Amino acid sequence: MATYYSEEHEWLTVEGDTATLGITKHAAEQLGEVVFVEQQEAGDEFEKDGEIGVIESVKAASELYAPVDGEIVEVNEALADNPGALNEDPEGEAWIYKIKIADASQLEDLMDEAGYKAFIG
Amino acid sequence: MSDIKRTPLYSLHVELGGKLVDFAGWEMPVQYPLGIMGEHKQCREKAALFDVSHMGQVILRGENVGEKLEALCPQAYATLKEGKARYGFFTNADGGIMDDLIVSNAGDHFFVVVNAALRHQDIPHMRAHLEGVEVTEIFERALVAVQGPKAEDVVGELCPAARDLKFMETTVADINGVECRISRLGYTGEDGYEISIPEDKAIEISKAFLAHEDCEPAGLGARDSLRLEAGLCLYGNDIDQSTSPIEASLGWAIQKRRKEEGGFPGADRVQKELAEGAARKLVGIKPDGRAPARQGVEVQCLEGNTIGQITSGSFGPTVGGPVAMGYVSKGHGEPGEKVNLIIRGKAQPAQIVALPFVTQNYKR
Repeated sequence: MATYYSEEHEWLTVEGDTATLGITKHAAEQLGEVVFVEQQEAGDEFEKDGEIGVIESVKAASELYAPVDGEIVEVNEALADNPGALNEDPEGEAWIYKIKIADASQLEDLMDEAGYKAFIG
Repeated sequence: MSDIKRTPLYSLHVELGGKLVDFAGWEMPVQYPLGIMGEHKQCREKAALFDVSHMGQVILRGENVGEKLEALCPQAYATLKEGKARYGFFTNADGGIMDDLIVSNAGDHFFVVVNAALRHQDIPHMRAHLEGVEVTEIFERALVAVQGPKAEDVVGELCPAARDLKFMETTVADINGVECRISRLGYTGEDGYEISIPEDKAIEISKAFLAHEDCEPAGLGARDSLRLEAGLCLYGNDIDQSTSPIEASLGWAIQKRRKEEGGFPGADRVQKELAEGAARKLVGIKPDGRAPARQGVEVQCLEGNTIGQITSGSFGPTVGGPVAMGYVSKGHGEPGEKVNLIIRGKAQPAQIVALPFVTQNYKR
């Protein structure tokens, strides 16, 4: 199990060819209080850098971009009723999708934790 | 940006952990550590302090200032009594709104507060058209708003005279030995005050208000969600040079005599729209779901035709869901009418509602 980070401030914890995806604590802090999450459905396929959802905070709407090619296998339904969980525990309870990774080689373009920490400064 | 301006409260914002952003050329706190939602609720339930020093404070001195203002505004300022404040707007020749403002009769002068972004327009406008009136923009005073059901306690503790004011009344009184102008009004839908304070005392007095257990600082983020829930227009979003007061559902702010007599820029259009109705009007719109409908979102009738556009939309913390305002064309806009909002290409159901979204709690 390894966790990767994208420049779009997502984390991706990979186990085999599946992964859990969410936004980083840093992203949640920047967004402000989240009031709505628009998620896609299980079975939806996506390409790297494609839009896979929208997170709305009290301030603004922010798109969620796919860090790799893949398919959504599970959606965290709890976020619909409790979008504020994204502020409380963005790197734990408030994961957004479980995905199937189509091309594992794309993980090489992502950052590890130390790299991400350096990236956000 | 090297020429960004700071208000007299700047160092207090930094000290309080305010997140500073550029707003109309001013470095202003969008929120403090409490967060927009918490600050919003603080204001609805207790009291919140806002720095609004970026707004333009103007003093008008001369003979018959109120009468002369009537040539620029559709409000009855000639009959505005001493100690009273009145909301109004400058209109252009086409009946559009150039800016909205608060005018107070301070006895030996008139005190006007205009939007930060339009100071550069409004001051020359008044200088050009108010003949024989000395127009002085005040740079050396802060403007602080204390708003919320506990505002009277917070301000009254330091300034007993504030308790005697009613909504839209203004006076001069000492706070901590400093002469301030105190007006009972605001932009949140709650009871409260806007207080004009000499700049060198602004932090000291603000801190004295914040020392009250029921008062916390709030930023522009909460100010926007509070005014939206209260159904109050934001210049540049809901009203602008193209929108007439009647379209903007601001007919209530034009007094009867002025409606009948006219005599202000664009009076033809305003009177025509009063008689025949406007081509569009500003209404409250409440999305059924949880997705906020932001500025620019298209409004459709159930048949799928475009009938208007959202001009302000966000999450309303007191309402507990998304709230919006927008224009809909004539024939639409009755409270209860069902519409669709096109958010990211998808039709989201919503309903036209009467404004405001929350009851205004003014001290009449």
